Amino acid sequence: MEIVGKLQKQFMDFMSSLYREGFLDDQFLQLQKLQDESNPDFVVEVVSLFFEDSEKLLNNLAMALQQQVVDFKQVDAHVHQFKGSSSSIGAQRVKNACVGFRNFCEEKNLDGCIQCLQHAKHEYFLVKNKLETLFRLEQQILAAGGTVPIIS
Amino acid sequence: MEEILASDEPHVLAVDDNLVDRKLVETLLKKSSCKVTTAEDGLRALEYLGLAAHQDSSTNNNGSKVNMIITDYCMPGMTGYELLKKIKESLIMKDVPVVIVSSENIPTRINQCMEEGAQIFMLKPLKHSDVESLRCQIMQCRG
Repeated sequence: MEIVGKLQKQFMDFMSSLYREGFLDDQFLQLQKLQDESNPDFVVEVVSLFFEDSEKLLNNLAMALQQQVVDFKQVDAHVHQFKGSSSSIGAQRVKNACVGFRNFCEEKNLDGCIQCLQHAKHEYFLVKNKLETLFRLEQQILAAGGTVPIIS
Repeated sequence: MEEILASDEPHVLAVDDNLVDRKLVETLLKKSSCKVTTAEDGLRALEYLGLAAHQDSSTNNNGSKVNMIITDYCMPGMTGYELLKKIKESLIMKDVPVVIVSSENIPTRINQCMEEGAQIFMLKPLKHSDVESLRCQIMQCRG
């Protein structure tokens, strides 16, 4: 029981830090509220879709920006998708990185776009790492026989 | 008993090209006790409804079972606005409420959709309370 208590506290502290540091916003909380007995793995499922989708988008963006003649409309379309899905799961810092990115697309500023891609990629891998840690903590709590605390 | 309960659940067709958003809207609708069909673009939505150019009215009667359509505005190929127009042009589907969702709050876009007969325009990401409110609207439309 000691272990469960410790793990639960670790989980809650970590969760709080993610909100405090702006990695996640209220939308992530909305996702957690949608998870229930009839849909027990919803958050992991939708976040996994986000990971898959994002990695494809990041590759597509890298390729699009490497073309001889860059199609900024196409780049913008990819960024729009990335902004949309990151917003939908509450990945606030990734979403914000996309906002600046779209501005450079509109200005057809290649250097700006390349920098933004690096920034968006960096933020994406940061939040991915954080979320994987979070899910690992959840698994540890469950394995120790505890329940995952609900943060409201 | 089961049949009565099942027919009481509104059937919503949700259209969005974004995989994450499709999963999210599907879950939100199921949480609000709606039966959900998803489509990844306007053409597939029209095909499901039996309204695609290559289909004739005897292809299917899916359209008559759908109580509401929720569509994203920004989609490649056919936008949500274009899908809305096609639905409103159809004799079978023109009275079915169409909800347009978008991540961008652009007044001209909103007006355009409302003028074409959209039920309501909502901002993404949708929340549980948004979907609950839509469900009430569907039930009222059914009368």
